[in-house]
Amino acid sequence: MQKVILRIENVTKTFSKNMLPAINNVSLILRQGDILALLGPSGCGKTTLLRIIGGFEHPQNGCIQIGEKIVCKSSISVPPEKRDIGIVFQDYALFPHLTVSENVGFGLKKLKLSKQQLEQRVSEALNLVKLEGLGKRYPYELSGGQQQRVALARALAPQPKLMLLDEPLSNLDIQVRLQLREEIRDILKAAGTSAIFVTHDQEEALAISDIVGVMCQGNLEQIGTPEAIYTNPVSRFVAEFVTQANFIPAHRQGNLWLTEIGNFELKVNNHHHETGEIMIRQEDIILKPVSDSPLTISSRQFLGREYRYCLRASSGKEIYARTMNNTVLSEGTAVQISIVNNAVRLFAD
Amino acid sequence: MSKAVRPPLFLILAALAVAAAIALPLVYLIIRAANIEGEIGELITSPRNLTILFNSTVMMLAVAILSALIAVPLAFLTVRTDLPGRRFWLVATTLPLAVPSYVGSFTLIAAFAPRGSFLQLLLQPLGVEELPSIYGWFGVILAMTLFTYPYMLLSVRSALQGLDPMLEEASRSMGYNARETFFRVIIPQLNPSLIAGGLLVALYALRDFGTPSLMQFDAFTRAIFIQYKASFNRDSAAVLSLMLVTLVLFILWLEYKVRSRAAYYSRGSGSLRHVKTIKLGIWKFPAICFCFFITFLGVVLPLIVISFWLIQGINSGYTFSNLLPATLNSITASGLAAIATTIFALPIAILSVRFPSRFIAAVESFAYVCFGVPGIVVALSLVFFGANYLPMLYQTLEMLIFAFVVLFLQQSAGTIRNSLLQVNPQIEEAARSLGKTPWQTLTYITLPLVSPGIISGSVLVFLTVIKELPATIMLAPIGFDTLAVEIWKATENVDFADAAAASLAILLVSIASTFLVLSQEKVK
Repeated sequence: MQKVILRIENVTKTFSKNMLPAINNVSLILRQGDILALLGPSGCGKTTLLRIIGGFEHPQNGCIQIGEKIVCKSSISVPPEKRDIGIVFQDYALFPHLTVSENVGFGLKKLKLSKQQLEQRVSEALNLVKLEGLGKRYPYELSGGQQQRVALARALAPQPKLMLLDEPLSNLDIQVRLQLREEIRDILKAAGTSAIFVTHDQEEALAISDIVGVMCQGNLEQIGTPEAIYTNPVSRFVAEFVTQANFIPAHRQGNLWLTEIGNFELKVNNHHHETGEIMIRQEDIILKPVSDSPLTISSRQFLGREYRYCLRASSGKEIYARTMNNTVLSEGTAVQISIVNNAVRLFAD
Repeated sequence: MSKAVRPPLFLILAALAVAAAIALPLVYLIIRAANIEGEIGELITSPRNLTILFNSTVMMLAVAILSALIAVPLAFLTVRTDLPGRRFWLVATTLPLAVPSYVGSFTLIAAFAPRGSFLQLLLQPLGVEELPSIYGWFGVILAMTLFTYPYMLLSVRSALQGLDPMLEEASRSMGYNARETFFRVIIPQLNPSLIAGGLLVALYALRDFGTPSLMQFDAFTRAIFIQYKASFNRDSAAVLSLMLVTLVLFILWLEYKVRSRAAYYSRGSGSLRHVKTIKLGIWKFPAICFCFFITFLGVVLPLIVISFWLIQGINSGYTFSNLLPATLNSITASGLAAIATTIFALPIAILSVRFPSRFIAAVESFAYVCFGVPGIVVALSLVFFGANYLPMLYQTLEMLIFAFVVLFLQQSAGTIRNSLLQVNPQIEEAARSLGKTPWQTLTYITLPLVSPGIISGSVLVFLTVIKELPATIMLAPIGFDTLAVEIWKATENVDFADAAAASLAILLVSIASTFLVLSQEKVK
């Protein structure tokens, strides 16, 4: 087991007395070399938590330890510059009056390196982010993607214990975003740096991280591997935010849960509840055309690798299904559905 | 793409006339200097002229540096810290802008002059008969700095407000503490605004006539005036003017360079996160003292001095000279200048927005240069020109108004241009398509729509002219004294009571109208 690089215990932060806490009793552990994605809708407190770790906000309660050093605990509050962290900001925050090389070298000046060592560290960092040869340019001469690479190199160059990335991809075009998303993971892994990555994009979180923490209204709802979060969401919120599944109202009759689109037998039966919602992932639905059914296809979207159907039940409820493009059904077709491996979950009321 | 519509003929003719008019003074100055008999190089490098060049340059640099030393802390305190009464100081520290430099100089002289000043009278019971002299280097730099630093303050303050707070956090995360971050990240970011503000301050210091003249300091403006008054051979005044114009053009060129370069400094997409205010702690007291000290000298002291001499005058039964004629003269000259300048500015503004061309861009740049050139230079050139070619116009109100048009055309044209930019050209095209001629379109559509710009442009010119001193002294008809001239003459004669009365009148007009213009800007 790798050693612990970040330990957060019972951190609580309230901005004003009358408001709900922005961070509510959050605890987590990050191990050396791991990438943690903090995922949640805007206003959930993920950026605040990142800024508390960085030392730019101070929690009312709790303890934070980076490496061996306690940086935050009741009376102790280590200033940002003494925390051994690197930060990548949403809008790059490059120093406009410095060249790319000077930006990357900025944090290295503190280390009292020789001129030669400094230049070498700068060029290593620029190689890592594939910006060799652009060192003499100024930030305004670079594209958004390149600017964010410089920001990454600048934060990595002093070899901090922990990298904090605050929605680093959300100001970029979709193609650049997808490409840089993979590269950031590769770069962080190559540098062996532990990192926390804040995002509101579930796909980004699942793709980039070793561990995902899902946040909602200041609470850390669930933390675990991307696979665990996706397959076993602990709450209705996590399920909806991470998997974008369908939720269909259901009520129990013996061992069966009845819904307007069919009846489901659950593997784990729950006899304490009478009503709830059945969760069905979009990709788990198999469509079969029939002559008569309460479900009809109301629209179809071609997504390249697959089709995304919108089905309408007689009550007006819409259900989404993704299928490989070997089944092509036209709009208006009545369909019956079945579920792969009976992979449904129940969230009881 | 070629322009489908050519500009209407009457606009082109009007613009040509304006271009010829504003070109006249500077072009004639060069012609006049070229006709000087003997070696012009020798005149320029005469020891006296080199001393004046040295005086003006050093004074300008000193004023710019001192302004920065005042403006940077003030900007930082009023924008980023928990200074008590921050909102109040934000306004109060900009107020010296409303005090004309000669009024400021008068109040400093009336307060600290060697004999008969406020301070000397105060200390007389202690046996102080004479104070160290305020005239010369000390007085000129003090007065210039106190009443021009707000230009720097405004420039630095807006740059500071535009800084991305994330940059500071980035620096902190890379191991620099708050103080190191200030010097390595914040100050370098402020550099363009410091240089721009410094050049503006330098330009004002170089152009100003009132302060060097009252402080008896041999800067270009004062030397030109003395040469003009004292000698029959006016070659020397022409040579000095040419040197001064060259220096001014050099600074204008630097300013243009800085302005076009500053555009490259891109800002972050405007992180709207609240910027943390810095807690001053024990520094609160010295900070307030600093703000108070500067505001006291720049705003409170003038008011105290003016009140003191007014009350002193009333108590001692002094017969104040009648200020009514001077006030009326000030208003007449400023009003006529505002109207004339607006009429001249309109064709330039319309052509520049609707039919941009190299010609009109050149006219605009030239108007900008004229705005930067000292009033005394333009006045001197018109004196030469009038005496040689138009004796019937020499020392008439028409000539004076013409000088104001040349000097302040840029102010009016710039304001009208900005408001014209907000009028959709398709509205004018709609009028044309409904059968109106270009002239009818202009009078029924364009002018009513840009009327707010026209009004604020003329108010701005009115305000500037009412405070104008050197051109008025040189060109006004004999006996046509304005308030500005009254203050200047009374101070020269150490007649502090009259100067105080006239200063009060001009301050009231000036401060009231500064607020008027500021409130209009907020509406935009």
